[in-house]
Amino acid sequence: MATPLVEMRDISIAFGGIKAVDHVTVDLYPGEVVGLLGHNGAGKSTLIKCLSGAYQMDSGQILIDGRPATITNPRDARKYNIETIYQTLALADNLDAASNLFLGRELTTPLGFLDDARMEAETRKIMKRLNPNFQRFSTPVASLSGGQRQSVAIARAVYFNARILIMDEPTAALGVAETRMVAELIQELKRQGIGIFLIDHDIHTVMELCDRASVMKNGKLVGTIRVRDVTEDDLLSMIILGKTPEALTDGA
Amino acid sequence: MTDASSVHAAPEQQRRTLLQTLELDTRLLGMIGAFLVISLAFHLMTDGRFLTPRNIFNLTIQTVSVAIMATGMVFVIVTRHIDLSVGSLLATASAVMAMMQTQVVPNWLGLGLGHPLVPWLSIAVGLLAGAAIGAFHGWLVGYLTIPAFIVTLGGLLVWRNVAWYLTNGQTIGPLDPTFQKFGGINGTLGATGSWVLGLVAVATALWALWQARQRKQAHGFPVKPVWAEITIGGLVTVAILGFVAILNAYEIPARKLARMFEARGEVMPEGFAAAYGVPISVLLLLAVAVVMTLIARRTRLGRYIFATGGNPDAAALSGINTRLLTVKVFALMGFLCALSAVVASARLANHSNDIGTLDELRVIAAAVIGGTALSGGLGTIHGAILGALIMQSLQSGMAMVGVDAPLQNIVVGVVLVLAVLIDIIYRRRTGEN
Ligand SMILES: Nc1ncnc2c1ncn2[C@@H]1O[C@H](COP(=O)(O)OP(=O)(O)OP(=O)(O)O)[C@@H](O)[C@H]1O
Ligand SMILES: [Mg+2]
Repeated sequence: MATPLVEMRDISIAFGGIKAVDHVTVDLYPGEVVGLLGHNGAGKSTLIKCLSGAYQMDSGQILIDGRPATITNPRDARKYNIETIYQTLALADNLDAASNLFLGRELTTPLGFLDDARMEAETRKIMKRLNPNFQRFSTPVASLSGGQRQSVAIARAVYFNARILIMDEPTAALGVAETRMVAELIQELKRQGIGIFLIDHDIHTVMELCDRASVMKNGKLVGTIRVRDVTEDDLLSMIILGKTPEALTDGA
Repeated sequence: MTDASSVHAAPEQQRRTLLQTLELDTRLLGMIGAFLVISLAFHLMTDGRFLTPRNIFNLTIQTVSVAIMATGMVFVIVTRHIDLSVGSLLATASAVMAMMQTQVVPNWLGLGLGHPLVPWLSIAVGLLAGAAIGAFHGWLVGYLTIPAFIVTLGGLLVWRNVAWYLTNGQTIGPLDPTFQKFGGINGTLGATGSWVLGLVAVATALWALWQARQRKQAHGFPVKPVWAEITIGGLVTVAILGFVAILNAYEIPARKLARMFEARGEVMPEGFAAAYGVPISVLLLLAVAVVMTLIARRTRLGRYIFATGGNPDAAALSGINTRLLTVKVFALMGFLCALSAVVASARLANHSNDIGTLDELRVIAAAVIGGTALSGGLGTIHGAILGALIMQSLQSGMAMVGVDAPLQNIVVGVVLVLAVLIDIIYRRRTGEN
């Protein structure tokens, strides 16, 4: 089998006494969507934040394309084309959509000044594709609705040609139509060969979009299964009971 | 009753749409309005002594030092910090520069008093010292995560007294004559120089407006109607040239002119007159304003400053090194304190121990009156400068009217709180944060 795009091996991280992530191993192949499931506080967000550079793991190893990668801050992650949509939207409320989309990677004129007009033009282009209803380009994102803000965050992750995309509850704030749009987007990105970690509490969404799912409980990995091999009830019992149904152990 | 209000309502409606077409910053207009009201009130109360070329000249040179620091304070407050040490930092920078020009360069380096390098070496070392102290504050705040309030409260005490030790508590002066030119009345551009400056400023402003329009059009964004652009260009032109004309109307007193001719061993021709024109210190403030506005609006540094102020976590997750950014912001603040020290000590012609005392309060007040939100993420450079001007007008105006010093302070305190209240109400109305 081909080398995985991402392997997170034996990752542990603790906050004070709490072992938020406890020896967890997950991997992700190109063109694959891996769901991360678990109850609130299971450690899903913490795990992927080690990959996105927001947290530094205490122990464990990350491999990208089979090679060990050092990711100590968000800039490192971006170098590996890892893009993240955070659960708590990482937007600067006082800036407009374009400034947020390009934050940390601004387009500049030959003299090194910000090229706001070009950034806005690019933003309009990508938003046309992702959310054609989006019109409010020059207001601070603070005055946008939750869903509109979400689409800015998604646009940011998509615009920069991610190879590895992390989506932490991307549809939590979205309406029915917008959720559908994100689902279609995920499928399109998948076809382009992008690997996606998707955290979502909605079992239907996971069953529909994911190839595999890794379930966590209290910081530990319960197991990883192939979604087409299980029923919704199997998944639910994994999440709630923290045990993999015997017949399915190691679906990878 | 109803008639009167409806008559008023109609033009109000129209004006609002007019303002929208012009895309003018309503908060800025509000501040200019407040400034005009204050000025007119004092003008009436002083029997027409407030809005004279002489008093306006004095107002501008008194405002420069606080205004320069206020621009730096905008960045500090936008990133959710505060700097209480600016007055003390100014004193230390001033002490460093005073010792440089009276001791270090002339005696230790042996160049002698009056050597042409004296002022420039002093200024360079002073600016460097200011930036270094600021950077140190920024490091304590950003990397050691000590709250800025504490770091700069400590700095307030430390640097005031470091300045004392640097000069042994002495008043140091007179300062170098070239150095003194940065103080205000001792260094002005003269009538012709001021007109040239005014025209250059007008040309630059119009060019900038045109550029902005071009950039928008290039991407097919909606632009203002041409008449709106012309109106704004016209307003800017009138404002700049009007300002120059007012300063040029302040003539050097005949007796002083005669003495200047005497000093050169000449006799003043009959009927000779000359104007002060724009002070070099004001030119300096102008340069600071332009550069700081450029940084705020058109550079990555500025974008990161505002992003960090709006949401520090988002900024960090976007790969912005917020710690280093803190160091930069405080270093810039320190640099500007030293620049203000040049102006302030040059204006007094010597360094004294109490230079810059209570400036931290004036500077913070100027930034806040100018619309900088203490919750971070919001603020403008021109607002802070206007804030400094409003504060200074209040103070000078009250002094001219003969208000007691204690009452002056009470009024300034009340105005500060009121200004913030008005700002909060304004933001609530317009739906900004
Ligand atoms: N910065 C932090 N400091 C201290 N504890 C933390 C921190 N971040 C997470 N934790 C703890 O780590 C554990 C896992 O949190 P995490 O956010 O990863 O959960 P999650 O699986 O994403 O939950 P949810 O479904 O609610 O988003 C929780 O017990 C949480 O309290
Ligand atoms: Mg989470």
